[in-house]
Amino acid sequence: MINIQNVSRRSFLKSFGLASGGLVLACSQPTKSLAKELLIDAKIFQPNLFIQIKSNGDLILLAARSEMGQGVRTSLTSVIADEMEADWNRVTIQQATGDIKFGNQNTDGSRSIRTFIDPMRKMGATAKAMLITAAAKMWKVPESECQAENHVVLHPSSGKKLAYGDLVAKAALLDVPENVTLKNPKDFKYIGKTLPSVDVLDYVTGKAKFGIDIRLPQMKFAAIARCPVTFGTVKSFKSDKAMAIPGVLQVFEIPKIDRPFGPLGGVAVVATNTWAAFKGKEALEIEWNFGANKNYNSDAYMKTITEHSLQDAVVVFNQGNVSNAFAKADKLIEATYQLPHLTHAPMEVPNATAHFKGTSCEVFAPVQDPQTTRTEVAVYLGLKEEQVTVNITFLGGGFGRKSKPDFVVEAAMISKIINGAVQVVWTREDDIQHSYYHSVSSQYLKGCINLNGQVTGWLQRSTFPSIASTFVKGKDYGMSGEFDMGLINTPYKIDNFRCENGQANAQVRIGWLRSVSNIYHAFSRNVFTDELAAAAKIDPLKFYLNLIGDDRVIPSNSDFKIDTKRLKNVLNIAAKNAGWGKPLPKGHGLGLAVHYSFYTYVASVIEVSVIEGKLKVLNIYTALDCGRVVNRDTVLSQFQGAAVFGLSLSFYGKITAKNGAIEQHNFDDYRMVRMPEVPHINIEIVESTETATGVGEPGVPVIAPALINAIYQATGKRYRSLPLSDFDLV
Amino acid sequence: MELNINNKIVTVDAPPDMPLLWVIRDLIGLTGTKFGCGKALCGACTVWLNGMPIRSCSTPVSLAVGKNITTIESLDPILEHLQKAWQELNVPQCGYCQPGQLMSAAALLKENSNPNDEEINNAMSGNICRCGTYLRIKQAIHLAATYQTENP
Repeated sequence: MINIQNVSRRSFLKSFGLASGGLVLACSQPTKSLAKELLIDAKIFQPNLFIQIKSNGDLILLAARSEMGQGVRTSLTSVIADEMEADWNRVTIQQATGDIKFGNQNTDGSRSIRTFIDPMRKMGATAKAMLITAAAKMWKVPESECQAENHVVLHPSSGKKLAYGDLVAKAALLDVPENVTLKNPKDFKYIGKTLPSVDVLDYVTGKAKFGIDIRLPQMKFAAIARCPVTFGTVKSFKSDKAMAIPGVLQVFEIPKIDRPFGPLGGVAVVATNTWAAFKGKEALEIEWNFGANKNYNSDAYMKTITEHSLQDAVVVFNQGNVSNAFAKADKLIEATYQLPHLTHAPMEVPNATAHFKGTSCEVFAPVQDPQTTRTEVAVYLGLKEEQVTVNITFLGGGFGRKSKPDFVVEAAMISKIINGAVQVVWTREDDIQHSYYHSVSSQYLKGCINLNGQVTGWLQRSTFPSIASTFVKGKDYGMSGEFDMGLINTPYKIDNFRCENGQANAQVRIGWLRSVSNIYHAFSRNVFTDELAAAAKIDPLKFYLNLIGDDRVIPSNSDFKIDTKRLKNVLNIAAKNAGWGKPLPKGHGLGLAVHYSFYTYVASVIEVSVIEGKLKVLNIYTALDCGRVVNRDTVLSQFQGAAVFGLSLSFYGKITAKNGAIEQHNFDDYRMVRMPEVPHINIEIVESTETATGVGEPGVPVIAPALINAIYQATGKRYRSLPLSDFDLV
Repeated sequence: MELNINNKIVTVDAPPDMPLLWVIRDLIGLTGTKFGCGKALCGACTVWLNGMPIRSCSTPVSLAVGKNITTIESLDPILEHLQKAWQELNVPQCGYCQPGQLMSAAALLKENSNPNDEEINNAMSGNICRCGTYLRIKQAIHLAATYQTENP
């Protein structure tokens, strides 16, 4: 249940970072299933969403989600402001510190809106109702004669009106009404509309404070040299050359911490400025114990996991009998798809500022998961969690990298050693070479079609080092969360369907990257579908629609189930917008892909030309259904950005290792798409009143397969691995 | 050494080979100019030297002595047109690369008050945006060009 309380007079407000005064409403977690997802006991009133209306009328929202470009601070605020008829210009946002008392703050999984929209609406409606009650009491008129509008309560028949700020003192004394009426969606002023970002002015004037912009009095700067091979350690080092660099103050070894988000260890250089620390790091002479991963070579590794994909593996899903279907098949098709490691490369490198003060530690950092950050810092320093304060700055991009707080623990370590405030800054090379990488993967698919072009059997073997290996050493099979991302939850109607998972032993740190396992599963499923369509000599769009089959909701254990009607709808819209079937010039092609992830339905059709061996992406048409839209412009932004993210990984994304060391360094050899390469991008959002679902990640997985399928249409050539720079296409 | 930054004279104690970026951020304390790569590959650190866009991460401070350094914190009329257009079109996502994007865009508009798409692509190809806001940046440059025409 959504439980809302009036906590205006509660003494604990200060501990939540709110000044006393005015009307303060707190809300505990929403529903049982969401409570389960957010790891909170729904029976206990644990307030974790707060709004405060001050006597000057200012509305303050305490934001417990990290802002990394997905616009969450704006979206959540707009929901409350809409329901409470607030003036958008009176809303300010205060970022909550990392603390379990705010409920789950882990900003990942594209889930902020889908988990918070309902409680936020009810909070807003409750505040409005209380302000109306307060006004009605003051005027001695029935509440039903009063209405709220743009930060004011009105009594139209007498013409009386009072601003919200003038009503909060009285409202703060009221009980929370048991039932409040939510607005009719047709009356929404902000929800579903385009609203400017609450932070845009600070972004464009350089005033927004990212982690790297934090400055504390007497603060030092630090850089760390880490072993080129993952989990290698320092054998010995010489620091004289580093110490000779003006500005370098101290050089010392820091240990490797054997925890999932523990620092890799290495040699730290502390200096009076970032550049001196970087230069000092370069001047270090270090001998390393490379350790167990020193033989990691990505070419050989790809061969190994591909062998595992070609053999019988662990069955993770089965229906019907694939072997029988293959035995009776009219046509068998097989293919293997290989995708490399990727890394996030957010524009703001990992960095953190820490100030250890003996019995407490204050941290400022761009983190997606501030509570885990707090725990890891506390465990390392031997402090209680309440002795650690984690202040969340803006994140200059996250994409999953900043949900791992290893870099914050580094800052805490160094701060303790130097007994003062320090900012640890990674170089871009550090970021590219010591990440938690998106899994390299090999997918083997085998399918059969009958004479009518119907798919009668589908076998998929997915082999990739699992994210689980980051948490459990030696875990060399995948976990259900990874299979749920586009492997076992097929929207296709196939009687004989089997998924297997091959062994893969991780030799670098593996982690989440925007869209996670959906990237390789959507890639292989969609390209293989296109290969089957080609084998059946059926138009791909028609083939997909047949394969998805009749309108139905596919059973699943989660709250959200794939609704094939919605899936086909986005596919049809993207195809229509792209002019699917239109005559194309020679060397041009249209390709499509469709995928359901983070509960959102997405299809993209991409138009390319390949002239004299060079690829040009001309148009991307994406259609999506994310249920109710909160901020229309944010959804557009996220899907425009996802298309570019998908192009970058398709064109250039490739992390390789030789003798355990990552071979890429910076944006010259781990390239990103730049402005001239970006095509026209058309996004259509399906109007819907269904539950709001994720938008940050689901736009990515469809891009690469749609591109491969378009290149096939343009050239007749099938590419089964990425990036395309390997084939000199870009 | 003495530097002229945003029309103010400041004195800093820096080695001559220290990149201008770190002088601006760590010694002068203006943090709007960003570190992205350290190798002049991403454009996040773009500032102007005598009105010309440069990558401050790879420019020694000694080259800036006696010249006018302009950063995102300055109040330049062309920059203001762009900042307005950026807000109007809600360009930023994470916002981190945007100061560098704006400095590159403003340098373009100084030279060419009404650039076409190709000219914008050329001028902006040194600036990476990992969030992928490129199309909005392009649109905002066109919009700012109209502001500039209306209100030069």
